Amino acid sequence: MPYKSVPLFWRLKKPKYNLTGTKCTKCENVYFPPRNLCPACRRSGDIQELQLSGKGKILSYTIIRTPPEGFEHYVPYAVAIIRLDEGTNITGQVVGDIEKIRTGKRVRPVFRKMHEDGNDGLIHYGLKFELVD
Amino acid sequence: MQIGIVGYGAYVPKFRIGVDEIARVWKADSKTIRSGLLVDEKSVPDKDEDTITISVEAGRNALLRAGINPQDVGAVYIGSESHPYAVKPSGTVVADALNMGPELMVADFEFACKAGTAAIQCCYALVKSGEIKYGMAIGADCAQSKPGDALEYTAAAGGAAYIIGKNPLATLEGTYSYTTDTSDFWRREGSGYPSHGARFTGKPAYFKHVISATNELLSKLSMKPSDFNHAVFHMPNGKFPLKAAKSLGFSKEQLKHGMVVTKIGNCYSGSSLLGLSRILDNAKPGEKILMTSYGSGAGSDSFSFVVTDKILERANLAKKTDFYIKRKETIDYGTYVRLRKKLKGG
Repeated sequence: MPYKSVPLFWRLKKPKYNLTGTKCTKCENVYFPPRNLCPACRRSGDIQELQLSGKGKILSYTIIRTPPEGFEHYVPYAVAIIRLDEGTNITGQVVGDIEKIRTGKRVRPVFRKMHEDGNDGLIHYGLKFELVD
Repeated sequence: MQIGIVGYGAYVPKFRIGVDEIARVWKADSKTIRSGLLVDEKSVPDKDEDTITISVEAGRNALLRAGINPQDVGAVYIGSESHPYAVKPSGTVVADALNMGPELMVADFEFACKAGTAAIQCCYALVKSGEIKYGMAIGADCAQSKPGDALEYTAAAGGAAYIIGKNPLATLEGTYSYTTDTSDFWRREGSGYPSHGARFTGKPAYFKHVISATNELLSKLSMKPSDFNHAVFHMPNGKFPLKAAKSLGFSKEQLKHGMVVTKIGNCYSGSSLLGLSRILDNAKPGEKILMTSYGSGAGSDSFSFVVTDKILERANLAKKTDFYIKRKETIDYGTYVRLRKKLKGG
């Protein structure tokens, strides 16, 4: 959805620009978006920041042809659930030829425009994914 | 103390449109245009690409080659004539995306197609003075062109990033700039497309500045064209750099690796810098490189580099320029119009 709130996007900038997640050193679960508390270990867990590589494979995907407001310029585009190599799932756009997208294909991160708040508003950037040839 | 290029990185979007396809739409003679420009096709950015995204991708490749801690970069200067914001520096996004902030100097540079090389000069001066350890200079553009204008055949997208510091893979031996008030190409505030002086962009503009800057640098360093293994001049098309090189005494062989314009067009602030990155991809230790940029308005920055043995260990640490040049998807004019948002109300 469009980020009409400037502070909201600003707060999310670090994970969006760099895929910074978290890892519980006790149970080794990896989380993205980052969590302050491990839901498995609760108070006995130890959450640390973890830099995710953004490399992984497509678990499932869909092609968006009827977009939400603000994404009309991008249709058709693919949104996929990606299993990152670090062991967590993430939802993200896959750029490039949508005909070539298949479950199981490898992806890597690319820095792209996510959305523009009209012609006068902010341009929001972040990581999308592209197929590894 | 050797100072120069510690790491470099290129990025070119994958879409291409052929000169023939543009000529088809405007009922122009494509053969004449191609032989006049010596350009076959140009790169086109995707819907979600702009100068900032190109800078981030090129910057990532430069950091991979340099192998340095991003937090040691003390300045980021981005040269472009297509910064996405009129007010808000592109460098703020790029610095955060590359984990270089917050303790660093950031500014966006503008000097038509030579703003990226001006950024290299500033980084070099800051490193030489001891003010910063490393500086990142980027030249990137998503060049604008009015539909049907001569510029439309060449105005392309791409960029390259250079990290300047000590222990370089190419030592900067010297630089020289030549600048005058010569209005050959301009864009007024709020105007969507640039205007130009047609044939006036040649002799008094491009050639006068490129040749003067290069000759003065050679004189300053007591060098001659034959001392260099490689040379790259700003590439508004394929013909201008060939003509400038010939009148300066450089051979076609010396231009071989840097002539990227034929396959990707004129990437404006990224033009000479992408030529340099392709030269570095192919360079051997001890080889000398001459680079002269050109920015309308007008000015030229000329540089002399000597490649060091560090190139052997760093050149393969990131994707090379040819990876981006060869990775391509050809589009038609309708798709080009859509991607570049040239349809008003569409």
